[in-house]
Amino acid sequence: MSKAGSPAWHSACFLCVQEDIGCLVMLREWALRREREQATPVGACTTPQRHSDPSVRDPMIQFESVTLAYGRGESAVQALDKTSIKIGEGDFVALVGPSGCGKSTILKLIGGLISATTGYVFVAGREIGAEDVRIGMAFQNPTLLPWLTVRQNVMLPLKIVQPFRADWTRKRKTDYRDRAEALLAQVGLSGFGDKHPWQLSGGMQQRASLCRALIHDPTLLLLDEPFGALDQFTREELWAVLQELWLTRKPTVILVTHDLRESAFLANRIVVMSARPGRVIEDETVPFERPRTIAMTYDAGFVALNQRLRSLIVEVRAGNEVSLGAAA
Amino acid sequence: MMAKLRQKAASIALIFGFFVFWELACLVLGVSDIILPRPSQVFYTLFERWPAIMPHAAQTLYTTLVGFAVGVAIGVFLGALVGSSKIAYDTAYPLLVGFSSTPKIAVVPIFVLWFGAGTVPAILTSIAISIFPVVVNVATGLATTEPELEVVLRPLNAKKLDILWNVGLPRAMPYFFASLKVAVTLAFVGTVLAETVASNRGIGNMMMIASSTFNVPLVFAGLFILATLGICLYVGFSLAEKHFTGWANRKSEIVTV
Ligand SMILES: Nc1ncnc2c1ncn2[C@@H]1O[C@H](COP(=O)(O)OP(=O)(O)O)[C@@H](O)[C@H]1O
Ligand SMILES: [Mg+2]
Repeated sequence: MSKAGSPAWHSACFLCVQEDIGCLVMLREWALRREREQATPVGACTTPQRHSDPSVRDPMIQFESVTLAYGRGESAVQALDKTSIKIGEGDFVALVGPSGCGKSTILKLIGGLISATTGYVFVAGREIGAEDVRIGMAFQNPTLLPWLTVRQNVMLPLKIVQPFRADWTRKRKTDYRDRAEALLAQVGLSGFGDKHPWQLSGGMQQRASLCRALIHDPTLLLLDEPFGALDQFTREELWAVLQELWLTRKPTVILVTHDLRESAFLANRIVVMSARPGRVIEDETVPFERPRTIAMTYDAGFVALNQRLRSLIVEVRAGNEVSLGAAA
Repeated sequence: MMAKLRQKAASIALIFGFFVFWELACLVLGVSDIILPRPSQVFYTLFERWPAIMPHAAQTLYTTLVGFAVGVAIGVFLGALVGSSKIAYDTAYPLLVGFSSTPKIAVVPIFVLWFGAGTVPAILTSIAISIFPVVVNVATGLATTEPELEVVLRPLNAKKLDILWNVGLPRAMPYFFASLKVAVTLAFVGTVLAETVASNRGIGNMMMIASSTFNVPLVFAGLFILATLGICLYVGFSLAEKHFTGWANRKSEIVTV
């Protein structure tokens, strides 16, 4: 075989040089994964690997071959196809995949905004309206209510959700207000409480919307690309805030993100989805110890994990063909 | 800021100029005050006859406001009902438009027939007139609420009423205030007409009697009172609108700030 006859190798090298990191680590990881896959029974290769942590007794979230189609008839868009996921209570799961693969759809299903076309979605063991689960949701678009100030927007869940609701009239000018201000300060928005949403930049609105998702101390946190509109530095600061929150309060978190570094920094598990209609194609446990630091994201192991996920997504984007060479 | 002040000054000058023109035109052309009294005569009558005019003005204001308040309350309720679901909205819309484009003035004789002369038909007319603009606008405001906003409270297990109260109604506020401004001026028309037809009190009645005795300056004084009341209420609601729905008119803010 001639030297020029190996485009895959070429592109692999290109990738390594481009990303400026250890090629060997990646290769080793790749080899290890190969080994692991071959060790598992044949059927396991086609179905996604289930997360089988024995500490997970009652899953907080359970999808049983959920299909979701938007619209009906010929114009229907199949967003999810027989997706099954199980997420334990107190887990931190990142959902990654090419855009349009149905990640937001999964969050909407969990949040009860839409219902499955076929299959079942259980939240805390119930199909709809689990009473003792407090959901905090940050939508992909900030969706702050324009007639309320930023602080009022952040405080809104306290007005709706028990037990806070019972004390609303008594505490809205004192405790709840302070609570909102403290959160705003944590995301770098102190002093913006009295502004209206349209007076904030997109990134600031997104942070305010994150505060709104957090204020009622949710036990289930659904975050749809919450840091998408932020610069690298703010983003990394907020990772630390979110990690801290998770470590102290241990809510179940499902984080949709495009940023693989973010997913590996924050999550215990990374679920990779295929292109539309979305299915789970990979379910990775993230082994790094906590609290994680930004410095750790440049460690070889961390980078290798990112690399692996990256190539996986590139693969599914291109319709399961390894076509890195074409791009290079 | 300067431009705004100048515009206001121009408005006042225009109103003032209108009255001056009216006065001078009457004088120059020698128009009889039985045809068209001069503004100075009107103001004089207004001043001189004030003790007699006042109770009528109060009666008209009272009737209009009571009818208006009841009409708005019913209108908001019906509007919320109709606007809360797409199906209800689409179903009810043609009927609502039909109702609101029927001249309500035409129902005055019916009210008189049912309830006799007096305050009741005037209030009922005011109600009938105020309801429909409010229903249509509130329903439209609710029905056109962006789904993204409606969805904000859903993961929180919010009840339908919570969503209506915290998202739907605030969102419909600009529509609501627009309808208030229309409704309040229409309500005056209704009250005055009912008073003209069948009442022994109110500005409408006063103008009726004045015109039958050819006291034309008094008729015009009545008109002037009506215009003033109408303007005051309109301005009041405009201010309230600005206060409550400033968020909906943020474009101007971006320009000035
Ligand atoms: N309301 C909707 N109506 C029709 N199609 C939709 C709707 N929302 C999402 N989709 C489609 O469903 C697919 C999955 O969407 P989504 O879950 O938002 O993807 P993402 O993974 O980018 O968050 C996309 O192809 C999108 O076009
Ligand atoms: Mg999305």
